Amino acid sequence: MVEYRALIKVMLKPTVLDPQGVAVRNSLLTMGYEAVKSVRVGKHLELTLEANSENGAYCLAQELCDELLANPVVEEYHIELAPAGEEKGGT
Amino acid sequence: MKCAVVVFPGSNCDADVYHALTDDLGVDAHYVWHRESDITGYDVVVLPGGFSYGDYLRAGAIARFSPVMVSVQRFAQRGGLVLGICNGFQILVEAGLLPGALLKNDNLQFRCEWTTLRVDNHCTPFTSRCRKGQVLSLPIAHGEGRYHVDSDTLKEWNDAGRIVFRYATAEGDACREANPNGSLHNIAGIVNREGNVLGMMPHPERATNSLVGGEDGRWVLGSLVDYVERGCV
Repeated sequence: MVEYRALIKVMLKPTVLDPQGVAVRNSLLTMGYEAVKSVRVGKHLELTLEANSENGAYCLAQELCDELLANPVVEEYHIELAPAGEEKGGT
Repeated sequence: MKCAVVVFPGSNCDADVYHALTDDLGVDAHYVWHRESDITGYDVVVLPGGFSYGDYLRAGAIARFSPVMVSVQRFAQRGGLVLGICNGFQILVEAGLLPGALLKNDNLQFRCEWTTLRVDNHCTPFTSRCRKGQVLSLPIAHGEGRYHVDSDTLKEWNDAGRIVFRYATAEGDACREANPNGSLHNIAGIVNREGNVLGMMPHPERATNSLVGGEDGRWVLGSLVDYVERGCV
């Protein structure tokens, strides 16, 4: 078994109104940032998973999203995998 | 009528429901802790309001995996009456017992106030005491009550009369001004296909005694009592 890190982004579907995003954008406009045309606010989750392969880790993350982490009625998710401990590496 | 009031960690309307049922309606009510799995012998299960699991992740998302919810699912499948109020409604949609989702209010405010609702279906076990089009005055207290559902389901639910309550003016007009949270079609409460599971954002248990400002909650909770006693709408 190998450890993987799953970086999961959960966003409201584009068709669903995101009043938080609207409020943040309005605030940025008030501050003078007229270049900001839209804002959507979402969630970022980081999981450490044990799996046999990268594909296995991806399938598990997908299952977790479908079961609990995202609500398929109004949200969509994106999964990115990285080897666990990558953040500790470096040159 | 024997009623279970489920208590999740973070429920905060459980005592209100218990009090309204026992003291104001004379119902035999019992608290059921969320770790219990035996709910046999009950006629009605109420999922009360509050902030189960701190509303972490999404309101109701974690509570739906509480052990008691397996029994509630089975209870509902067998035709048992389930009433979800506020956070209880959020748990029911997360559990898939009702369609749709409840999102942050479009105004981003936590709305704690009296609202008026129009009864659009009086032929359910939860509204049998009401007249069609009757306007009830009930309080709300939520930040995430904006009902959302895909357009096909909305059409099916609309056509079949499963939208039971809509936010409306005192005259019964379900207009934008009467909508406190941006809910689709002013939806405040819906039933499932079978008609035995109802979720609603307003709190009938906070309005069963004039001492607390109103008694219109009796139209809802009293309907349940009638239904259980008579066995039909």
